Amino acid sequence: MTLNRRLAFIAPLAAVSLAGCGINTIPTAEENAKAKWADVQAAYQRRANLIPNLTATVKGAAASERGILTEVTNARARAGSVQLSAADLTDPAKVQQFANAQAGLSSALVQLRPLQEAYPDLKSQGNFSTLMAQLEGTENRINITIKDYNEAVQAYNTRIRTFPDAIGAKIFYGSKPMATYAATTPGAENAPTVDFK
Amino acid sequence: MPDSPVIPAKAGIQLPWRRRDDKLASRFDAKGGVWGAILGLLLLLCVALPAHAQTFPPLSGRVVDAANLFTAEERVRFDAKLAAVEASTGRQFVIATIPDLQGYPLEDYGYRLGRAWGIGATDKDNGVIMFVAPNNPAGQRGPRIEVGYGLEPILTDAFTSTVAMQVMTPMLRAGDKVGAFERGIDLIAEQIALTPEEAAKRTAELAAAAKKDDGKVNGGAFIFWIVVFFVVILPMVGALTGRGRRGRRHSSGLGEALLWTAVNVASSAMSDNDSDGWGGGGGGGWGGGGGGGGGGFSGGGGSFGGGGASGGW
Repeated sequence: MTLNRRLAFIAPLAAVSLAGCGINTIPTAEENAKAKWADVQAAYQRRANLIPNLTATVKGAAASERGILTEVTNARARAGSVQLSAADLTDPAKVQQFANAQAGLSSALVQLRPLQEAYPDLKSQGNFSTLMAQLEGTENRINITIKDYNEAVQAYNTRIRTFPDAIGAKIFYGSKPMATYAATTPGAENAPTVDFK
Repeated sequence: MPDSPVIPAKAGIQLPWRRRDDKLASRFDAKGGVWGAILGLLLLLCVALPAHAQTFPPLSGRVVDAANLFTAEERVRFDAKLAAVEASTGRQFVIATIPDLQGYPLEDYGYRLGRAWGIGATDKDNGVIMFVAPNNPAGQRGPRIEVGYGLEPILTDAFTSTVAMQVMTPMLRAGDKVGAFERGIDLIAEQIALTPEEAAKRTAELAAAAKKDDGKVNGGAFIFWIVVFFVVILPMVGALTGRGRRGRRHSSGLGEALLWTAVNVASSAMSDNDSDGWGGGGGGGWGGGGGGGGGGFSGGGGSFGGGGASGGW
């Protein structure tokens, strides 16, 4: 068997074994997790976009609740100021910081719900209950995107830390595990229920 | 059969290549053998699937009545409506009654159910599921309207919450399960055929109509002016023009006919209004049902991301 022929046999074997080491699957898994992170951010952005409408509606009907309104507005500003790019996802501290800011907004928003009962004006406005339905739906979407993101991260982390992909992860990519997203406030990971009665 | 069979979780390991690798390895020298062994090992380790514990009722058709809420005749009727939606819009619409949510909240169960069934087309995610959990404690039975990603701009949270909360929930509480589903299906079917702009307009109309019966007032005014036109204005015109050319008798016959037309229009508009709740009328859309071949319904692989809303039955 000549050298050439031997090479001809080894080349495809090498290609297959490289593929086995995750030369393709590691970036695929990483990009998947990053895309799922973008979904999380989009869901949070959707919530942030709802808030000005909500506060405006509340301001009209329940002006005396200035404390709650200020708190919501501030929490929204705080949450908006903490941005997290996909590259920072490997830093658990930064992810935690982002999660804390968003959880702060979640707990501020929870205070809006009882207002519907307290202020008949607000209750009679179809606008407010519609906005609250949208808020509820958005919280639900946030939960789902977070679950999807965490699943993608888990798949990626498992891949880069288990044999055989761990070899490729070390040699070619220097991959670091990404941080899963944990909503910190107790109950913040559950979609709040809104009583419409 | 309340304990209907469940879709088993995907599992199983396939190694179609392994044998070939071994053969290859045995034909080569020691080095090749090592490669083959490594390859075999790699492939063995690369295939491992996590098993999912959650189970869903099988997707037996467009009406999955796993909790036995409806009669066979009602199921067929619902199925025909749902099939007509899919035939005219290409969007999949499924209703379900779930006997056991396995401890999941409605909105959490809903999107998983949608993904498991894959309602809607893969590339469009244009499916919608309406389901109730009749065995849950009161207030947590739904209905839940779960909307695929692609339909979120049309079946918005605002719209679905109005349908689920303000239209269907009161009917369900009053015990009219069939009526509630019928109404819910019709509302969603009409909305689903619209563009996002039309949908936004209709959502506002529905919300307003659910609050007050504004539509009726408008309809009444409309009918009033029609009657005025036929009873007052037309005879006046007829009196002015008709008398010169023809006899008085003839023209009054024409006036009578017009009056009857007016009454007919008015009463049909009235009944339309009653059944519809909001003005406008229009409706229609359900051309002849279309015979719908029942068998072989399956999801198109669409995905769900939490769009939609729940009621409080």
